[in-house]
Amino acid sequence: MESYTTHDYDVLVIGAGGAGLRAAIAAIEKGAKVGVVTKSLLGKAHTVMAEGGMAAALGNVRPEDNWKVHFRDTLKGGGMLNNWKMVMNYTKEAPERVRELERWGAVFDRTPDGRINQRNFGGHSYPRLAHVGDRTGLELIRTLQDHAVKLGIHAHMETTIYRLLTDAGRVVGALGFNRQTGEFLVFRTKAVVLATGGLGRIYQITSNSWECTGDGFALASLVGADLIDMEFIQFHPTGMVWPPSVMGILVTEGVRGEGGVLLNNQGKRFMFDNVPERYRGEFAESEEEAERWLKGDRNARRPPELLTRDVVARAIRREVAEGRGSPHGGVFLDIASRRPADYIKKKLPSMYHQFMKLGNLDITKEPMEVGPTCHYVMGGVRVDPDTQATNVPGLYAAGEVAGGLHGANRLGGNSLSDLIVFGNRAGAAAAEYAAQQTGSFQIDEAQVRAYIAEALAPFHNPQGENPFALMKELRSSMQKNAGIMREESELKAQLEILASLKKRAWNTSVSGGRAYNPGWHTALDIRLMVEIAEAVVLAALARKESRGGHARLDYPDPDPNFARINHVIRRASDGSLTVVAEPLPEMPEELRKIAEAKDLKELSEKVGA
Amino acid sequence: MPSVTFRVFRGDKNGGELKDYTVQVEEGMVVLDAIHQIQAEQAPDLACRWNCKAGKCGSCGAEVNGKPTLMCMTRLDTIDTSKPVVVRPMKTFPVIRDLATDVKWNYEANKKIKPFTPAPNTDWIMMQEDVDRVQEFRKCIECFLCQNVCHVLREHEEKTGFIGPRLLVRTASLEMHPLDVENRLEMLKNEGGIGYCNITKCCTEVCPEHIHITDNAIIPLKERVVDEYYDPILSFFRRLFGSKKRLEAAGSAADD
Ligand SMILES: Cc1cc2nc3c(=O)[nH]c(=O)nc-3n(C[C@H](O)[C@H](O)[C@H](O)COP(=O)(O)OP(=O)(O)OC[C@H]3O[C@@H](n4cnc5c(N)ncnc54)[C@H](O)[C@@H]3O)c2cc1C
Ligand code: SF4
Ligand code: SF4
Ligand code: FES
Repeated sequence: MESYTTHDYDVLVIGAGGAGLRAAIAAIEKGAKVGVVTKSLLGKAHTVMAEGGMAAALGNVRPEDNWKVHFRDTLKGGGMLNNWKMVMNYTKEAPERVRELERWGAVFDRTPDGRINQRNFGGHSYPRLAHVGDRTGLELIRTLQDHAVKLGIHAHMETTIYRLLTDAGRVVGALGFNRQTGEFLVFRTKAVVLATGGLGRIYQITSNSWECTGDGFALASLVGADLIDMEFIQFHPTGMVWPPSVMGILVTEGVRGEGGVLLNNQGKRFMFDNVPERYRGEFAESEEEAERWLKGDRNARRPPELLTRDVVARAIRREVAEGRGSPHGGVFLDIASRRPADYIKKKLPSMYHQFMKLGNLDITKEPMEVGPTCHYVMGGVRVDPDTQATNVPGLYAAGEVAGGLHGANRLGGNSLSDLIVFGNRAGAAAAEYAAQQTGSFQIDEAQVRAYIAEALAPFHNPQGENPFALMKELRSSMQKNAGIMREESELKAQLEILASLKKRAWNTSVSGGRAYNPGWHTALDIRLMVEIAEAVVLAALARKESRGGHARLDYPDPDPNFARINHVIRRASDGSLTVVAEPLPEMPEELRKIAEAKDLKELSEKVGA
Repeated sequence: MPSVTFRVFRGDKNGGELKDYTVQVEEGMVVLDAIHQIQAEQAPDLACRWNCKAGKCGSCGAEVNGKPTLMCMTRLDTIDTSKPVVVRPMKTFPVIRDLATDVKWNYEANKKIKPFTPAPNTDWIMMQEDVDRVQEFRKCIECFLCQNVCHVLREHEEKTGFIGPRLLVRTASLEMHPLDVENRLEMLKNEGGIGYCNITKCCTEVCPEHIHITDNAIIPLKERVVDEYYDPILSFFRRLFGSKKRLEAAGSAADD
């Protein structure tokens, strides 16, 4: 019989991105015995790729900025579907969490007076993103990694969690395997913090790293945790489109934050024609005004290239669809004619490097070609806004895997600070919960054995399918039928494809041994990916309107009937997924005034922000 | 589409062999794309480590035609594909399987470096010019390619007594942090083994982040160690007149 090793913790953190590391630090500080599991090596989680910065109303560049303005921006960007309490906790705490990073050794770019510098980003009323050139994620993850090592973190690197284990409805552990050796591990724990990141890899064109297979959503859902807002997927407007092998790799919004403009093949700045009603009056109306803004004129409004990502991505898609695209099916993003070469290299070094190396293109001399790429999921595991607890006792979620903060669309820079605010809250709450648990925890031995047997099945199934081919089918069908523009017939067709893929995912074949075997890893990933793809498609079918990251060709406008509901994706007792519409939590009057202020002037006059 | 032969190491710590695979290549492909294609179509159990495919995570280091490099940033049109392209794992670390090596040693050795220790009661004001150098070091993506080429580590199985260029860079990032007050010179001299580095600069040449490892990190650290241990008076004056760190951090790059 298969053997496995057992590890005991108070709190098991699954994931070592920004959210997981911050949660581990918080739990250790509360005195818990903490284990961290990550599919990759420490310091290499997807967070490392983040570029532009982390949003926090520090007010270092514009003293007028404060949490209320950030609160309004975030809700507005999220189509008002955000959980207001999460947004409040988030915008209030983000500045302190960022300053804390500095105390732990992070070295942010500086203002002329020596404080943390902040840059402009889409949807933010003021320059708000603390950053380090265009490698902010690296700074975040390295700082947290170093601090966690200082606190004596116990990390299981290159270890994948295959299933969560429950006892009488509580989460009491997890089963995983060491990727390097193929050996199984059982973690016995009082609480689990899921910090497994996003699901971009269920799409063909994505900016996400291989780890983002959406494991956490599926792990949680399989033990009965509710998911929320899964129809909202962010397609970032600017991914690389050429050459084919790099399609989808991100071009940071920082390029536009630093003054870069979007042009169609007629050389026109088309974003001026794409300002939606709800943002009228908040953006520059002429190139001349946008130019003054770039030069620092505080009376000028921001250029429309800095509209929210959902808006920009759809405008680009339209330019291309109507024949005004660039040669390789994108549009042009030009910084070369806007800023001196030295400035570009200093402020956007990895973009310069990335295009030079991968695209043979000097961005200080020529415009880039860009198009939408699957980037982020707003939805996720539904959590309590204060503790990040799910509806399953003992299970917490933080970071991209948790839903609620971003509503229908996330503002750039609002993820990295989300990770540290809610990673901290989740880690602390999980440790407190763990400390209160006294009863004995039972790991169901038979269940563990059954999971191990099913995980190893592809080794004994010579007639099964190639897992890589299945993965490709899943990704291309999701791209085609549940991508940036959706409609009922395609979504329904996708449900059928998924029903078939769901069966086929359990009939794969792998060769070779168990040590570091990517074929086997893919065979197991795909089982979870089909589950989560289904949740996305079901929620997308249910929302018969267009809002934020969810756009329907058959329902092209926002619908007031959907303006006040979230979709909860719940697993029924027979294992099937259902979508339940739930009214938004009621926002207190005080906050409603902030959220609904017409403009910044009204905001400062009426609520003193 | 032209086809190219890739001669890839297959094996584990007990040894292995080079195996040939033919790949149809397209414009713009990088070595990692070729490896992925082999995985998907010919050898599903071919092990390689990668995460971002954008040169940001430092996972995919390997030796391509003998040259240590990130596979995801090496375009096929920059190497000679008329002959078989040889892809081997990094030599300095034990092979787990195929192209994936066991780099855990680096994580262990890192623990010798005392953590960031800020001055008490600081106002956290730091000027950009005072942190430029530290930011250069903090660009490191821990690909360990520099560790791989450094002959001191490459030729010594146990790798005791020398922490290698990557960890010297990390030490420098702490030592030159304008607000750090810890002293890591004793570690550098002893367990850190900075004396073993004979400034061959091989590490600097392979660094994908273009960090001036030798000129900006190692040489200034060597000087500090010399001052501390062999020129106590100079060292005393340095301490006396403001931060030892600020002086050097502000100095201009030697090989910029
Ligand atoms: C290219 C790019 C640039 C971005 N730039 C920005 C930016 O400038 N600002 C911003 O705010 N946001 C940005 N984002 C978004 C942001 O980076 C992510 O949302 C965020 O990093 C997610 O962090 P996380 O901690 O939730 O998860 P991740 O960093 O994705 O980490 C997930 C962790 O979970 C582990 N894991 C997953 N499944 C399992 C399993 N089954 N078993 C064990 N471990 C598992 C993984 O190994 C990993 O350690 C960017 C995203 C991309 C793709
Ligand atoms: S310069 Fe020093 S650290 Fe760098 S490779 Fe040579 S000996 Fe090693
Ligand atoms: S210093 Fe350069 S070569 Fe060495 S690990 Fe860091 S990025 Fe890689
Ligand atoms: S895969 Fe991340 S550096 Fe190559």
